[in-house]
Amino acid sequence: MTVLDVDVALRTGAFTLEVRLSATPGVTVLFGPSGAGKSTVLALVSGLARPDRGRIALGDDVWLDRAAGVERPVHLRKVAYVFQSLALFPHLTAVENTAYGMGREAPREARAARARELLARFHVGHLADRRPDTFSGGEAQRVALARAFAMAPRVVLMDEPFSALDHGLRRELLGVVTEIVKDLGVPTLFITHHVGEAETIAERVVLLEKGRVTGVGGADILPERRATADGGGRPP
Amino acid sequence: MDLGPLALSLQIATLATLLAAVVGLSVATLLANVRFPGRDIVDVLFTAPLVLPPTVLGYFLLVVLGRRSFIGELFERVTGHTIVFTRTGAVIAAAVGALPFIVRFGRAALEGVDAVYMHAARTLGASPLRALFTVQVPLARRGIVAALMLGFARSLGDFGVTLMVAGDIPGETRTASLAIYGAIQAQREGEAYALVAVLTVASLTALYAVGKLTRRERTVR
Repeated sequence: MTVLDVDVALRTGAFTLEVRLSATPGVTVLFGPSGAGKSTVLALVSGLARPDRGRIALGDDVWLDRAAGVERPVHLRKVAYVFQSLALFPHLTAVENTAYGMGREAPREARAARARELLARFHVGHLADRRPDTFSGGEAQRVALARAFAMAPRVVLMDEPFSALDHGLRRELLGVVTEIVKDLGVPTLFITHHVGEAETIAERVVLLEKGRVTGVGGADILPERRATADGGGRPP
Repeated sequence: MDLGPLALSLQIATLATLLAAVVGLSVATLLANVRFPGRDIVDVLFTAPLVLPPTVLGYFLLVVLGRRSFIGELFERVTGHTIVFTRTGAVIAAAVGALPFIVRFGRAALEGVDAVYMHAARTLGASPLRALFTVQVPLARRGIVAALMLGFARSLGDFGVTLMVAGDIPGETRTASLAIYGAIQAQREGEAYALVAVLTVASLTALYAVGKLTRRERTVR
């Protein structure tokens, strides 16, 4: 079993982050108010940000060790990162977006064919040759998931991927993600503000507040249902 | 009417824009994407041609590229002709004028691409160079084309630096701007009219196109 071990410290301006957590394969929800440092943790794991000190390892594979001077660049870490804004490439079609992260050993046609399969699996096969500016919110979301999972990731990072979706769509996509993550068997960090979403998907919960871990456990450590981490600031 | 100077101007401006594009877009990329010591100094150096008097700029180029300079001597040994007072010198003079536009506007275009697209590309396995060429440059393409058009318009009209570095040699370095000056000086205004008209139309067209390109880019985002 490959465990993602994170032990990092970072100071930016007045904000100090000191986080230590382990994520086993399956979904670990990071839960906490805005400004708790949840997105920063994902940026550090992906390599898009660098901690002042610390160590990040996936099993025996050390991705970062500031003391030892080890740092693996972002593009060699193989993390599937679904951004809050999705960040679909506006100049590429759904197929080209999806194929972007596939290893380039395979010929172009083979990659495109696999991208089409994946899009179909996410029920957006009909969008294959269209560009993102024509997608609805839910469609864009599905294409973003297809793109992220096309790369055979070793770790999955999801930053409030479904915050803009309505209830029904959100539940459906949570089901899809749960299934894929189970198939992949890789550690997954999932940020959400939404208690219902956290309860649905979490195998483990890490509570974050002001840059620190304030609790680790099962879904039972989440605050009262229907509340949100911001105290009800977001619609359900 | 002699259209030779105009053809020469187009040829020199095209080569100058190509040269300035290679140098200027590389510098623009560095300034936009890499934090390095001396970044502000590089920025100032590549903006300087915009504000330095052409004579001063020409003087510096003569010092760096002249027959007794290291570069000038090496060039002459390899090619058999000098840089200064040749078409090569005129191309370099025009390119230097175009550089500030290409660096400034190219940098702005690259910096205008939302960083999250680059982040997405990197997490999807793209090296920094692949992310640059497959995501950042395509998304900045309108702004980059606008920068190159401004650079081209600027090099098409260069006068002072060209005169200092390349002289006013008919058929070799006498571009349209220089021919206009010569015609006016000799009180043969009739010869200047056509060249004045073409340069005016070319410059205004380039500005208009630049405005269109950069405006549409804003609404896309």
